[in-house]
Amino acid sequence: MSARGLLLSLVLLLAVAPAHAVQPDEVLADPALEARARAISEGLRCLVCQNQSIDDSDAPLAKDLRLIVRERLKAGDSDQDIAEFVVARYGEFVLLKPRLTPQTLLLWFATPAVLTGALLLIWLAYRRREAGAERVAPLNASEKRRLKRLLDEP
Amino acid sequence: MIAEIGHYALILALGVAIVQAALPLLGARLGDPQLAAVAAPAAQMQFILVAMAFMALTVAFVTSDFSVANVWQNSHSAKPMLYKISGVWGNHEGSMVLWVLILALFGAAVATYGNNLPRELKANALAVQGSIGAAFLLFIVTTSNPFTRLDPAPFDGQGLNPVLQDPALAFHPPFLYAGYVGFSMAFSFAVAALIEGRIDAAWARWVRPWTLAAWMCLTIGIAMGSWWAYYELGWGGFWFWDPVENASFMPWLAGTALLHSAVVMEKRDALKVWTILLAIVTFSLSLMGTFLVRSGVLTSVHTFAVDPARGIVILAIMGVFIGGALALFAWRAPLLSQGGLFAPISREGALVLNNLLLTTACAAVFIGTLYPLALEALTGDKISVGPPFFNLTFVPLIVPLLIAVPFGPLLAWKRGDLAAAAQRLMVAACIALAVSIVLLAMHERGPWLAPLGIGLGIWLVLGALTEIGYRVKLGGASPAEIWRRLRNLPRAAYGSALAHAGVGLSVIGIVATTAWRSEEILALKPGDTAEIAGYTLAFKGVAPRQGPNYRERVAVFAVDRNGKFVTELTPSKRDFVAEQSGTTEAGIHTSWRGDLYAVLGDELTSGAYSIRLYFNPLVQLIWLGALVMFFGGAVSLSDRRLRVGAPKRAQPKAVPVTAGE
Repeated sequence: MSARGLLLSLVLLLAVAPAHAVQPDEVLADPALEARARAISEGLRCLVCQNQSIDDSDAPLAKDLRLIVRERLKAGDSDQDIAEFVVARYGEFVLLKPRLTPQTLLLWFATPAVLTGALLLIWLAYRRREAGAERVAPLNASEKRRLKRLLDEP
Repeated sequence: MIAEIGHYALILALGVAIVQAALPLLGARLGDPQLAAVAAPAAQMQFILVAMAFMALTVAFVTSDFSVANVWQNSHSAKPMLYKISGVWGNHEGSMVLWVLILALFGAAVATYGNNLPRELKANALAVQGSIGAAFLLFIVTTSNPFTRLDPAPFDGQGLNPVLQDPALAFHPPFLYAGYVGFSMAFSFAVAALIEGRIDAAWARWVRPWTLAAWMCLTIGIAMGSWWAYYELGWGGFWFWDPVENASFMPWLAGTALLHSAVVMEKRDALKVWTILLAIVTFSLSLMGTFLVRSGVLTSVHTFAVDPARGIVILAIMGVFIGGALALFAWRAPLLSQGGLFAPISREGALVLNNLLLTTACAAVFIGTLYPLALEALTGDKISVGPPFFNLTFVPLIVPLLIAVPFGPLLAWKRGDLAAAAQRLMVAACIALAVSIVLLAMHERGPWLAPLGIGLGIWLVLGALTEIGYRVKLGGASPAEIWRRLRNLPRAAYGSALAHAGVGLSVIGIVATTAWRSEEILALKPGDTAEIAGYTLAFKGVAPRQGPNYRERVAVFAVDRNGKFVTELTPSKRDFVAEQSGTTEAGIHTSWRGDLYAVLGDELTSGAYSIRLYFNPLVQLIWLGALVMFFGGAVSLSDRRLRVGAPKRAQPKAVPVTAGE
């Protein structure tokens, strides 16, 4: 999207009284198709808003995108097709769930890596401390007898 | 004149803060008790001066003194009094003054009530606290002066952003800041301990009440923000994984971990190095939250300042404090002695698991929030990291933690018996499972995981009850004995049980409303009726109404259920005259079942109105749960063993804290 286009939509956004997310006239007749449209919309970012999906957003641009999604659905596209269609027009930025690419490898794998690293550290700390702790010799037979006698006392 | 007094007080406060940062540190180093003793009066003086500045700013807002630029930009003479006052912190400059005010308040509280602290620790901690205050006061005085005058004074102000004109949002920032800034106490004590190179279980005892108080405020602050978003933003969502929300959620996660690790440190003298690190990390995340929100790196309704110069100064402050503390940690932590031993299956082990999962979950939020910023800075590529990412990374970490929660308090210190704990939890587990199965049968078309989520919430609530029941020997002792034990149970035990039950309530609310909310999007003409979740709504029409500083169009719905009148819902759209923007006010009817939620949209060409109706089952449990957590914290804080400033006394004997007795 060009800078002028962005500016234009911003001006429109400010000038027009806010419309509401998903208007009655947008809803598709087929409930199954509409449910898919909603699910897809929740994963697409409204490009002129602060961190809102197009499903939540009032902006005219979000409405356009919602209509595009529904048109493609009616034309028989799969969810995958629609995602690719939207990314081709607006870039990866439009996807709220980033796809696994070389650039997002770190994003997706950092958390599991942190968990693994932390587990490893805990295990190492535990091992080290076990090794460093004073070893207490197990009770020998006579000590065991004495302990039993003490415990059995009324 | 009042504004000039405020400005002068700020500058004096900066001077006092510098003294507070320098002299006590020197005194502690040289072993000069008189120099070290400067800390307490300096901290009190700094608080008085910042309070004066804050009062001066408040007076300017209350009296609508538009010769002060900040008042002109953020207030209006027709605004209701509550929002004139909340306007003080509804802008960048004022909110930074509030930030420093709370910082100074915590410092003054330690100075005043911390008489049982070792002299050196107190001096060092207050010095560190003073240095944070000095940095932020310098920031305010040099880049964000709230007292700048305008000449000539404008006739009227520009008003406050209408979405900020709301009761919950008026009190959201003070609580949030009390939470953020309250963690500075744990940070200051941690750095003080590192400077001394000595730390013991008593340290945790001194730090815990401050951390607990901060955690309580942060809990309420976050809950208020989420509640506000729910009813004000007009589509009934309660959490959006927005970077600004995440900025407050990360310190909450780390602070929760800190509260738990400090327990281990206090009771068992273990996890000391880790607790110190966690105290530093928690406040660092609070600083980062301030930076993210204040610098304009993220632009949203929260970000009043889109001024890169300010961002760079806050970034520098952050760098000095976080970098300095971590460097000190790397240098001094190896000197700290390690304490008590424990088996993996033990109360300590359970708390280590708690810390592992909470901090990893915090890391997940951190990565999701900062990755897009870092990627854009490094490569110029823009990506979005939205709710689906957090659902996939955060939730799988938090669910095992929640499953494990009821076990923790039932395990003994040092070496616990998992099988025995499981046996005690059998009743709770059976009930939770039974409810899940019934729900699964009722909703055979899915979503499949939701009934298990409800079961998890019930498991948490019943697990908390089980712990209290076990401790008072419910079912094994006479009623008189149970009563005696109920009275003698330490308040901290009730507090933690309440907090854990509160988490359970929130989980039930979140799962129920996410999985089973119903929605109707309709075009209605006056006289039409609509049905949702057993309610019948008759649309009476739309009428104009005049508010104190706005005009609104109000839709009226008569709501029936089973033929009986329930309530009248009045969703509206407001236009704020001075600010030239509007808000949408949802009409909400709350019952034990859940919320009926109506939103008025625009008039369509056909003469109908676009109306959206929702039924959000059990949604209020989310915030009720947060309130219960807060209350649990308060009960725990009132425990004599933790009470702020409680005189030091002999170890209480035979406090029934172990499950093995």
